[in-house]
Amino acid sequence: MNILIVGATSAIATATARLFAERRDHLFLIARNGERLSDLAADLKVRGAQSIGTLTLDLDDFSTHSSAVTEAANFLQQIDVALLCHGVLPDQAAGEGNFKLALNAINTNGISVISLLTAIAQRLRTQGTGTIAVITSVAGMRGRQPNFIYGAAKALVSTYLQGMRGRLYEHNVHVIDIRPGLVDSPMTARFEKGLLWTTPEVVAETIVSSIIKKKHTVYVPGYWRYIMLLVNAIPEFIFKRLKF
Amino acid sequence: MEITGWGRFPIVTADVHEPVDFSSLQMLLTSNNPATKLVARGAGRSYGDSALAQRVISSRFMDNFSALDESNLTIRCGAGVTLDAILRVCVPRGWFLPVVPGTSHVSVGGAIAADVHGKNHHVDGTFCDHLTAITLLLANGDLLSCSPSKNQEIFHATCGGMGLTGIIIDATIQLRAVPGAFIQSHSLVANNLQECFELFENNQGKHYSVAWLDCLARGPALGRSILFLGDHIADRHKRPAAYQTRLGITVPFNTPGFLLNRQSMTLFNNTYFKLKRRASKPAAVKYNSFFFPLDNIANWNRLYGAKGFLQYQFLVPEDSAYEAIAAVLHKVAKSGKGSFLSVLKKMGPANKNYLSFPASGFTLALDFKFERSLFPLLEQLDEIVLAYSGRLYLAKDARMNEKVFKAGYPQWEKFAEIKRKVDPKGLFASLQSDRIGLTDALYQAGSPEQVKITR
Repeated sequence: MNILIVGATSAIATATARLFAERRDHLFLIARNGERLSDLAADLKVRGAQSIGTLTLDLDDFSTHSSAVTEAANFLQQIDVALLCHGVLPDQAAGEGNFKLALNAINTNGISVISLLTAIAQRLRTQGTGTIAVITSVAGMRGRQPNFIYGAAKALVSTYLQGMRGRLYEHNVHVIDIRPGLVDSPMTARFEKGLLWTTPEVVAETIVSSIIKKKHTVYVPGYWRYIMLLVNAIPEFIFKRLKF
Repeated sequence: MEITGWGRFPIVTADVHEPVDFSSLQMLLTSNNPATKLVARGAGRSYGDSALAQRVISSRFMDNFSALDESNLTIRCGAGVTLDAILRVCVPRGWFLPVVPGTSHVSVGGAIAADVHGKNHHVDGTFCDHLTAITLLLANGDLLSCSPSKNQEIFHATCGGMGLTGIIIDATIQLRAVPGAFIQSHSLVANNLQECFELFENNQGKHYSVAWLDCLARGPALGRSILFLGDHIADRHKRPAAYQTRLGITVPFNTPGFLLNRQSMTLFNNTYFKLKRRASKPAAVKYNSFFFPLDNIANWNRLYGAKGFLQYQFLVPEDSAYEAIAAVLHKVAKSGKGSFLSVLKKMGPANKNYLSFPASGFTLALDFKFERSLFPLLEQLDEIVLAYSGRLYLAKDARMNEKVFKAGYPQWEKFAEIKRKVDPKGLFASLQSDRIGLTDALYQAGSPEQVKITR
């Protein structure tokens, strides 16, 4: 397969790219840190990737998105899979008192994804084939006190994906919303880890298999579907008192 | 956060850093002010406290491959790459690691720091005997490349040096071509220790050999064991390596410790021995089931209960090995404290690394469920091992004292001299290195830092 990965140096993206490399896929990687990106490209080459293209890009600059997707498409010839993994975990408390910080987080986690999806959807519709997989979060399913800025941006993406899935269906383009729970990665380095935490490698296995099986909404690990059912069932008059 | 080694004793509260690239790692060293002792940690597979300290730098994200030289069969990778990851790259291409320990879930950095060995030590030596180069980050923030021919002394101190010379950044490993992913394996039964020694002697030509030993058997059956032998063979079915997801089972929580008692262990060992005695036909098995039988059971260390376990692995020179091992087995069988995983191996000659464990002789590894009453028994075993000029394996140890260490590793002074040169302020230290007098005694500046040990 020919695969575009955005936010390639994130822990989940890296673990997933390695599985694709083992499958001897063709990869085009976009990330912000050029040094880490070239290290990753060398790693994927050793692991078996047939060919690897890279592009260093700050995704907060939306004006570059369209040409980036064109560059990826030129390198890969056809984009079979576009996997969007970039994101940041903002400091909720700081963001509540400072709109600039909140806006930055929503731009990176939400708006930039919509911008990229616009360019990618266009390309895949023209191709008449392909799969778009986006990493959102279970945090987008209900606004919780400790992280509703992050959650709101992810909810934006999830809702957008849901509508876009229908729009692209008739063009033979498939859309997957991947919703990880708690993942032990550099993004969550500051948290104490407990029983519910999983690793980027486990998430990666699920991403690859759900792309192959053309799933729609995927919870990783699967039990988060039931945890979120419970969370969503809590009446608001109780939920508003919960600090978790 | 609280961390432990694989044996889950001791438990320590430490600052654990997981740098994502070299510059953030270097930053950690240069901003380490006031200087706090620290030690690098790989996959957390050393059993005791060799990767425990107040500050721990994890190589978890230093896990990139950087180059694969297909003509010379060398692979270069970060210290955090696991042997499993290397095999996933190599095996489909018909190559293999020259030395693998009993689990593939160790990191390259850890394998170097402990200079691990495998079932082929008598033929191929240790893991570090197949390194062409390593890069080391020194205490002053400089990078140093070393190899058997460049900065040799530091190379030989770092290989087997338990992370005390610096932080291993990457390594270049010499691979070897193998006929396939399969091992022609068969097992032989020894009804007592004498027979087992003879079997090792008569099967020196086998590439891989190791014995499982029933440490609870007593009297005439003392040391009864099963010798597993193996050689690389070609695959029976040539087919392209397919993408495989990692299937396996997980031990989800701690087994209640009382389930592991003398009766249950004896029952297990008797059954295992009887089953194996019947079926010992040669068979072709996939490499992972031959080399890494426990790797499919994630967190098997939880089987020993919440309190964890200790592994006691010692080595005794060949000429008195029989007496020494018989003496240890007598003590263990009498105490009734042994358990199922006892592994005996005949080793080849030692290498030049100052603190490497392997040397000509026999090594026996015994697992014990953690209990306070275990310590006096292990001290008695220490005395036997020392009396026969033996040593204990640092990567398995959580308790040996300074005297036992220094008697077992006569080159420790040479090691200390090199360490003083590359790490004059004594930055790199672990709970273990302090305990065995390798770091605290070296640097008597100030009082030892208080590491919070929960248990």
